[in-house]
Parts: sequence; structure tokens; C-alpha cells
Amino acid sequence: MDKMPHWADVVLIPLISLILAAILSALVILAIGEDPVAAVKMMVNGALGSTYGWGYTLYYATNFMFTGLAVSVAFHARMFNIGGEGQAMLGGLGVALVCLYIPWPHWTLALVFASLGAAVFGALWAAIPAWLQAKRGSHIVITTIMFNFIAAAVLNYVLVNLLRPARSMDPASAKFPDAVHLPTLHDLLAPFGIAFSKSAPANVTLLIALGACVLVWALIWRTRLGYEIRAYGHSETGALYAGISPTKIIMIAMLISGALAGMMAVNNVMGEAERLVLNATEGAGFIGIAVALMGRNHPFGVFLAAILFGFLYQGGAELALWTKIPRELIVVIQALVILFTGALDNMVRMPLEKLFLALRRRNA
Amino acid sequence: MMDFMTLIQVLDSTVRLATPLLLACLAGLYSERAGIFDIGLEGKMLVAAFFSAAIAYVSGSVWLGLLAGIGASMLLAGLHGLASITFRGNQLISGVAINFLAAGMTVLIAQDWFQQGGRTPSLAGNARFNPIELPFAEALSGVPFFGPIYAELLSGHSILVYIAFLAVPGTWWLLYRTRFGLRLRAVGENPAAVDTAGVSVVGLRYAAVGICGILCGIAGAYLATALQAGFVKDMTAGRGFIALAALIFAKWRPWQAMWACLLFGFLQAIALRYQNIDLGGVVIPVQVMDALPYILTVVILAGFVGKAIPPRAGGEPYVKER
Repeated sequence: MDKMPHWADVVLIPLISLILAAILSALVILAIGEDPVAAVKMMVNGALGSTYGWGYTLYYATNFMFTGLAVSVAFHARMFNIGGEGQAMLGGLGVALVCLYIPWPHWTLALVFASLGAAVFGALWAAIPAWLQAKRGSHIVITTIMFNFIAAAVLNYVLVNLLRPARSMDPASAKFPDAVHLPTLHDLLAPFGIAFSKSAPANVTLLIALGACVLVWALIWRTRLGYEIRAYGHSETGALYAGISPTKIIMIAMLISGALAGMMAVNNVMGEAERLVLNATEGAGFIGIAVALMGRNHPFGVFLAAILFGFLYQGGAELALWTKIPRELIVVIQALVILFTGALDNMVRMPLEKLFLALRRRNA
Repeated sequence: MMDFMTLIQVLDSTVRLATPLLLACLAGLYSERAGIFDIGLEGKMLVAAFFSAAIAYVSGSVWLGLLAGIGASMLLAGLHGLASITFRGNQLISGVAINFLAAGMTVLIAQDWFQQGGRTPSLAGNARFNPIELPFAEALSGVPFFGPIYAELLSGHSILVYIAFLAVPGTWWLLYRTRFGLRLRAVGENPAAVDTAGVSVVGLRYAAVGICGILCGIAGAYLATALQAGFVKDMTAGRGFIALAALIFAKWRPWQAMWACLLFGFLQAIALRYQNIDLGGVVIPVQVMDALPYILTVVILAGFVGKAIPPRAGGEPYVKER
């Protein structure tokens, strides 16, 4: 019998972890000499108080949905993919090649193939660590960390030596043609008579991210393959006994994971920057870890956690603009969320389990 | 292509750049040999770099700075121990959290204390570790061949460089010639056996994590107070991960760790000195030098050139009596 009801596991524990992280962050803000209550108000105003704020919040959330889903699919197969950052960088390369070298008649076609390019490049970058894990037993965490650094070097080389337009000093690709410009939420909502900020970067990729959430949910809980992935994640020997091939599961789970991380590039490279720059990912691959942990590896949880982190990102930018609190506060909050929902999970869980056991004994 | 003096200069810079890698690599060696994976070396180095520079600047004494750096690093090491030993959490996730915590907190505190955009003011004089001249370096520098090697390559480093290289035989002796070392290695391979022998698994692992904290502290202090004169945002720049790579490359052994760190330090020195290297028509871009430590580590991990087998109980929390 479970020590705790299921709802406590999926709702209460992340909530308590979040509250702990929030309390510590408030103490940090106090220590800087700012007012935490005013800071929260400013964050809410800046991130959710206008369609401009929402546009940025949703833009960041789109990135985090992709990277969060990427981490959680791998988690279901009990693999820790820290390589989302590198896979997203390579995904950006895929998007850039598709957008720069093929003359697209319309953005819809470009979007389909850019997504495909991003997914393929991201998946390929995850394929090598996956294969090494499956066939050679090389620890996926270490190899994916190494591949993040290798990806940065590859991208640096490609941008400086190959994609950089002549006479440009900037290590960045040329601007994508106008034909591949993705409609922003402003363009999408205008026909419905909804006014949305023109300058916010949230775009049609948000819908793809939402679709990805639904698809991942269907894959993990409604298909045979998803069942095999979860079975393998629960017990490798059990899965082996049931005739599930570990190599197949490791490869497929990591390819899907890499593809999802790579697809983030559709949002930030094609939807926002409209050219490939160095460090386009800005750490979103790592935030995927916090998002997946916070969302308990469930696509709906990932969706909520991605919105939360989108809010933190946009709100944090507002704080940095108007107060003495630097943007790095978000990094601290992110660290605390990872710490409490991931590493110190038992610290939150153990007392709660005791409490529920005590309650049950009293009722019995 | 390269004359003798250039070679000496490159090797000299190799030693400097290998030192923080070596200290962090040995730090990881203690932790991982005791069965605690540590991908938080980077974060521990970073807090140590900041606090050593900040305290050295405020107090004017680099030694106080070093102590503060070690203290900060040990605090994070303690957090890692709490998460992975006491609460039996995921050691890798804990490491990730520690890296972000360090990256964020150092800038927050630096901005709060100094208002210079997340850096400390420049250090000078006694607030830095200055080079030490070995005896007779000046007199012997005229001797052909050996003179420059002694005067330029071996002499003239800060005390922390010598400490780092002395820590290699020290670690070897501690791990392979003392009872503590035997137990520490055993707890990383088979903690149940150590427990059965009546030795505290938890105590040994905390000791290992503590030593790891001290060494990361020295590594960070070296970065901010010896290699450079002050702290700048994210100044570790992936060194903690290169050290991790070196540790795997060395298959978790101290002498090999030193050679691996010297190799990776050499690659950094080359990348720093030459942008693109022309090898008889074939140009090696600088990015290849940047990526080489990581590529080499993946190749080693893949087991194509000798297999790297981590300590068997690595990453597994120990649960007594099951």
C-alpha cells in the first residue's frame, strides 16, 4: 500500500517545495535590501499585467515546454538527459539551414520543415550519447554534458566560419528571408478581434508546444511504446523479462527527447531572433530540468511549470530593470526548485509520509 | 614552428591552467571514490572564487580570502552531502542544483556588495597570491636547456600551484597507503561490506565530500586570486566539467588525473596562444581545441581506448539493513 495518497504526491509535494523555494528567495531579496512583497507585485504586473508581459511569459514558456518535455520523456526511461541545451543548439542549426537555403513560398510550409529540421538535428545530437549508453554503457549524464560543450564548439565554428555573411563581424547567420517570418500572437489573435501586443515575441510555436504536450501524454500513457518506456524506467530487469529491448527503449526515448529539445529552436531561432546567433538557447535546456522535476514528468505538470518559469523569467527581467535585484535571482530560484523538488525530495516527503501514516492510523 | 623558449612559455601556461583543473579533479576523485557522484565541482569552484576574491579584497589578506573560499565551497559540499547522503536524493540532480545556486548567488552577492556588474574590484598586492621564486632560479637561468626549464617553467608560480601538484602524491598515499583510504575506496565499491565491518558509511562519505569541498575551495581561490586578479561572473567557464572529464579520463586514479589535467591544460594553453593551428596545410580551428577534452572523454567513456569503469556503488544512496 502507498504511504501517501496519489494527490499528495503530485500536488502537495511540488507545492511545498515551491513554497520552500519562495521563502528562501524572499529571504534573498530581503538580504539585498528590497521588499519581497513589492518585488512579487512588480513581477506579476510585469509578466501578467499586460498582453506585452503575457507575450514574453508565453514566449519563454514555449521554450520551457519543449525542454521540459524533453527531460521528462528521458526521465520516464530512467535517463537523465542534461544535454537539452546542446540538442537545442543543434536544433537551431537545423532551423537555420532549412530557413536560409530553401526558398519557401509560405511560412506554413517553412514551419513544417523547420520543425522537422530542428527535431532531426536535436535527435541526432542525442543519438550518439544514447547509442553509447545502450551499447557501451557510457553514463548518459556525463556524455550529454560533454555533448553540450561539443555542441557549443560546433556552433561557434559553423557560425564564425560557414554561416557568417561576408563583411559581418558578428558570429551570427544572415537574417532569414521575410517569407519564413512566423505570425506572432498579435497576428493570430487579430482576426478574432482580440488585441495583443505587437512587440511581444510569443508566436505560433506556442501551439506546436501545446500539441507536443498532448502528443507526449498520449505517447507515454496511451501507447504500447509508452508503456514499454515506463516499464523500462521502473525496472530494467523486469522489462528485459517482459521481452522489452533496452537498446530499443534507450534509443527511442533519447531520440524523442532530443527531438523535443531541438524543436525549441523553432520558437527562439525562427520565431524570435529570425537568425542563428551564438548562445541562442540562453540556458533554456537546463531550465527544462527544473520544469520536468516540478511538473512531476507529466505533460500537464510540465505545461504548468513552464508557464511558472516563463512568468519568473519575464518577471525577473522586469525586476532587473526597475530594482537593484539582478536577473540572476531567477537562476537562484531555479536552483532552489531543482534542489527541493529533485535532490531534497525526501526531506519534504519523509515528514509528509509520517503525517499521512499517523492520520490513517487514527482513522483505522 | 615552435622554438624552445616558446615551448617553455606554452608549458608554463599549461601548468598554470592545469592547476585549477587538477585541484577540482582530485576533489571529484575523493567524492566519487567514496560513491558520491559530483557534477557540482563547477559550482563549488565558483563560490570559492567569489568569496576568496571578495574577502581578500575587503581584508587585504589573500590567506583570509582562501579560508573564506574554502568555507563557502564546504558549505555547498555539505548541502550536497545532506541531499545525497542523509536524504538519499539523486546525486546528479543535487549537483545540477548546486551549479545553478552558485552561478546565481555569486552574481547576486557580488552586485549587492560591490555594485560592479557582478564582479569584485581588482585585487593587488597582498590580496593576491604572488609568484614564488624557487631558490637560485635567477642564478641558474643562464644554464643552457635546464636553466630556462627551472627558472621559467618550475619556478615563479604561486604557492597554490605547488600545493596542487603536491596533493597528487598526497592523495595517492592517503588512498592507497592508509586505513582511511582503504575504507574510502571500499565505501565506493561495496558500502554494505564497510557497514558490516562496523565502520560508518555515512561518516566516511561525509568525510570524502568534505575533502572534496576543501579542494574545490582551493581551486576556486586559485582562479580568482592567483590566475586572475579578482572575480568575474561565471569565471569557472566549464572548468569543473573539464575536471570531471579529466577524472574519467584518468579512470579515477590520482597520478593519471595529474597527467590528464596537464593534457587538458596544454590544450587550453595552445588554444589561448594560437587561434588556428596550421599543421602543414591542414588548419585546425580553435574550436577543435576547445572541444577536444570533451571529445576525448566521450571516446574514453565509450571504451574504445580502454574502458573507464566508475566506482561500483557510485550514485547509489546507501540504505542500511534491507
